[in-house]
Amino acid sequence: MEIPRHWRLKQQRYGLVGEVCPHCDAKIFPPRDVCPNCGDEAKTLYTFSGKGEVFSYTTIYEAPSGFDSNAPYTVALVKLEEGPMITAQLTDLGEQPVEIGMPVEMVTRKMRNDGDERGLIVYGYKFRPAWNMPQG
Amino acid sequence: MREVAILGIGQTVVDEHWEKSLREIGGEAAFAALQDAGLQQVDALYVGNMLSPIVNGQNQLGTFFSDWIGLWGQEAVKLEAACGSGAAAFRSGLMAVASGEVESALVVGVEKMSDKAGHDVTAALATAADADYEVEQGVSFVGLNALVMRRYMHEYGWNHADFGPFPINAHANAMHNPYARLHEKVTPERFEKASMVATPISLLDASPTGDGAAAAILVPAEKVAHLPNRPRVKVAGSASATDTIAIHSRRDPLFLQAAYSSAKRAYEMAGVAPEDIDVFEIHDAFSIMAVLSLEACGFAERGQGVRLGLDNEIGPTGRIPVCTRGGLKARGHPVGATGMYQIVEVAQQLRGECGPTQVADAKIGMAQNIGGSGATILTHILKAG
Ligand SMILES: [Zn+2]
Repeated sequence: MEIPRHWRLKQQRYGLVGEVCPHCDAKIFPPRDVCPNCGDEAKTLYTFSGKGEVFSYTTIYEAPSGFDSNAPYTVALVKLEEGPMITAQLTDLGEQPVEIGMPVEMVTRKMRNDGDERGLIVYGYKFRPAWNMPQG
Repeated sequence: MREVAILGIGQTVVDEHWEKSLREIGGEAAFAALQDAGLQQVDALYVGNMLSPIVNGQNQLGTFFSDWIGLWGQEAVKLEAACGSGAAAFRSGLMAVASGEVESALVVGVEKMSDKAGHDVTAALATAADADYEVEQGVSFVGLNALVMRRYMHEYGWNHADFGPFPINAHANAMHNPYARLHEKVTPERFEKASMVATPISLLDASPTGDGAAAAILVPAEKVAHLPNRPRVKVAGSASATDTIAIHSRRDPLFLQAAYSSAKRAYEMAGVAPEDIDVFEIHDAFSIMAVLSLEACGFAERGQGVRLGLDNEIGPTGRIPVCTRGGLKARGHPVGATGMYQIVEVAQQLRGECGPTQVADAKIGMAQNIGGSGATILTHILKAG
């Protein structure tokens, strides 16, 4: 179990809190101390809207330990509307086939148990189809 | 910096070696290389390995192997760069000899993976990616490459079947390599029917892991020059470059920037261009990686690397022969050892020891080893004579 690590990441996992560069206004997720756009220091917090679209996706049949019981599941690269890309599972898909370009929005879901079935339940962001997303 | 030559090479069969330990596998390749070089001692040992702390519960592999091999007291250290560990160790050995700091170096790439169950090894391999922002999402290492492959197919309009020539070529070549993990032909029909690991990557797009070790002895080139009847292989170019650790942080996830920059520097150092390369051992951990490497290294335009396979350019008699000993796909991918297998195989080509998959008149060979999903990439160019 890695409780301190899960605790440290809570703002990112539950609130999609990244950064905005004070020098070039680039939005940054995950947070890092150097702006990938201009190379200057970036530490100003910025909360993302959680809206984006599928850039690519894969259905995982052979899962790493800790995730076996969920397989098969779908992981995507989601392009957030503010610019950055994020790796996240897709959820609430129903019968809807996933497509590149599909609009999605962030939700909070159970990720896995850290340790055995009595271990810490890890929650975090996943993305679901954004059916009700206002158009235009 | 002085010129450096490869005086000896050695390797073990890639397989699930249930009866052999980490020690024995690494030792086997090391002793073979020492014997090939006609040496018993070297000044320093560089070990490339990725997983031993997780899979074998063993760290400090430098001393672990100097002790086992009988290099007591000598400098020894392990280098880790995920699946790029082998070439990272080779480059350290090269720098040590080239600088004049040591007169001889043994480099061993070694991995013993069969000591843990499949899903635990899958989790161990995922440690190459970003633990907080990739792995925590349940994405496997195969899954990360699948994300890249899906987008590549989408942007450039290729079908899954178009990637088939890469594993088919690798498997055909491995039939003639006694050290290869797999000795079985793959047909286009079998390729299309293979079951999915992480869509669109199937079992026949993905390289099999395994236990294995490969080794080389490095010495100053001037010391080899006067030796009679020694095959002469010089290290002409070496470069290492990095990209973001996570794919989602890349400006362009479909371009291997670190492959491009390390190849560019290695070409410059060796004074050659892509058209001069006679044989190229690529890091075909997945078909998509083979394609992206060839594009980034200047053998195909962006989005057109697939065509090299479709046009029969990648076989031993093609324009750019790749995976001539089976590549990662069929020789096998004992992760931290793979970079050293590639170096040994290019040396074999330049020494003319490759039998039916020998590239005619091979004089200049290249090896490219990739750690993570394109995160650390090392390119080496070897020359005969
Ligand atoms: Zn900036």
